[in-house]
Amino acid sequence: MAMRLEVRGLTVELPTRSGWIRPVNDVSLTLGEGETLGIVGESGSGKTMLALALMGLEPPGARRKGEAWLQRATANGNGAGAGSSKREDMLAAGPSEMRAVRGREIAMVFQEPMTALNPVLRVGAQVEEAIRVHEPSLNVSEIHRRTLDALTRAAVPEPERRARQYPHQLSGGLRQRAMIAMALAAGPGVLIADEPTTALDVTVQKQILELLAALRRELRLSLLFITHDFGVVSQIADRVAVMYAGRVVEEGPAAEVLRHPRHPYTEGLLRAAPRLVRERLASIPGAVPALDALPTGCAFAPRCSRHVAECDVAVPELIHASGASENHRTRCILAR
Amino acid sequence: MSDAHILEVRDLRKSFPVSTGAFTHSSGRGVAVDSVSFSLERGETLGIVGESGCGKTTLARMLLRLIEPDSGEMRFRGQDWLGAHGGELRALRRRIQMVFQDPIASLNARMRVGTIVGEPLAIHEPQLSRAERRARVAAMLEAVGLGGDALGRYPHEFSGGQRQRIGIARALILRPELVVADEPVSALDVSVGAQILELLDRLRRELSLTLILISHSLPVVAQLATRVAVMQAGRFVEFGPAEQVLQAPQNAYTQALIAAVPEIPA
Repeated sequence: MAMRLEVRGLTVELPTRSGWIRPVNDVSLTLGEGETLGIVGESGSGKTMLALALMGLEPPGARRKGEAWLQRATANGNGAGAGSSKREDMLAAGPSEMRAVRGREIAMVFQEPMTALNPVLRVGAQVEEAIRVHEPSLNVSEIHRRTLDALTRAAVPEPERRARQYPHQLSGGLRQRAMIAMALAAGPGVLIADEPTTALDVTVQKQILELLAALRRELRLSLLFITHDFGVVSQIADRVAVMYAGRVVEEGPAAEVLRHPRHPYTEGLLRAAPRLVRERLASIPGAVPALDALPTGCAFAPRCSRHVAECDVAVPELIHASGASENHRTRCILAR
Repeated sequence: MSDAHILEVRDLRKSFPVSTGAFTHSSGRGVAVDSVSFSLERGETLGIVGESGCGKTTLARMLLRLIEPDSGEMRFRGQDWLGAHGGELRALRRRIQMVFQDPIASLNARMRVGTIVGEPLAIHEPQLSRAERRARVAAMLEAVGLGGDALGRYPHEFSGGQRQRIGIARALILRPELVVADEPVSALDVSVGAQILELLDRLRRELSLTLILISHSLPVVAQLATRVAVMQAGRFVEFGPAEQVLQAPQNAYTQALIAAVPEIPA
């Protein structure tokens, strides 16, 4: 499988009154062509900041370190950097290079489409804009044709009529479809979806997940799917990375991580997630630590029922979990 | 109506004017809650589940008499709850309390936690001395798992889960008999949400409360409910013992709702 995205040691630092904090701390991941990687974490885990940093949309004042190698899907980019190497480090790219990459090579959809769409522009105009930015030479009718194609691909019913409507005239599910159409209009190879179904009803969520799965098959799309919901991960992801306090604490094949988690946090999260059957609720005591007051050792240690003295010595390395698949790794010394 | 029931609701209905556009006149009325009837036994947990717009929050507000139904009947412990007014209404009101979805929006940011939780006492039990009130508040905060130092702090100093504990403390300070919790965990992280569900169930047992748990999430409702009502377009389309509704649903909509829940492999 060809590698589409390779992130190495990505760290994002933000200035606060008490010094620099690291919402994303030394994160490395890979995403293959046509693959879906689920990023799971609770609020404050750094999963959204990770996505924003990859897109070059981190908040002003933030510092990024590390590398994020993106394999171009398009043979010939029309924007800046055309004709250059097909692989480029997005973290080293300047603002204008990033503008050429964003949308064209890597795109993002957000949790609440209403806040991401422009309320005073017709849906069709917003999709058109996404196409025109990257291919300014296209004529009006060609752009219009591609817009309808994009809406059709995202399974928007009656695309001609919907293109003429404003975002508020669409239901939540349709708005998310319009967002997906817009994100995919310029043909990116990588799509980052940040909690795209969290604001939706469960029956609508199912439709959006099915749509993303179909698009992934048809377009060989690589999907970075950010969610707090292990149920959603089990439906859509091939592999999963669990984040806690800015770091990846466990990663591996989704089915294996969900059935045989090797980090106590993953295990706790899985047991805290309510299922359709009534069971003894098992919550994780305590709360996520503040990023300016992280323990010296494992960040989960203060909440961990299997905590031993060695956990407090240093931040554990991401190691291969003994007895697990080759690519199943965990940041827990007990898994040695 | 029998005395074994803490709450009896019959044919509750509420409609709202519907407008089709910003500058058009209302073109009719949309029915938010239609012909809802049920009775609650003491100590049970009724789960009401449905998707957005199904009328579950409107129903919750009517049960609290925060909004008035168009028609129907409600009896609380045999007393006419819907017809109550004046002193009778005040006396009944303290026995039915609500826990809201968003603990941030429902707490006054400029009040200290001690004042927030003690305010219902100041209104309903004005005869209490300041020291007595403070002691009741401290005990309540303890019961919801917050330390005594919470009293003098402000809501913003607490995490989402702790704020929901404050909301629960405020709802329970008057020792109500019936608590309506509207999406109490949907704004919270999974690990914290589980703590809050656990807390609600423990307090229900310890304080012999009757609980109505309203949620869009079947798995959340499944954790606490003894009976489950599935709401669609203002009506209860299925209503029965929790195991029956969740394991062997009869209604097509309930079946679709259950099929859409992304399940974690066991």
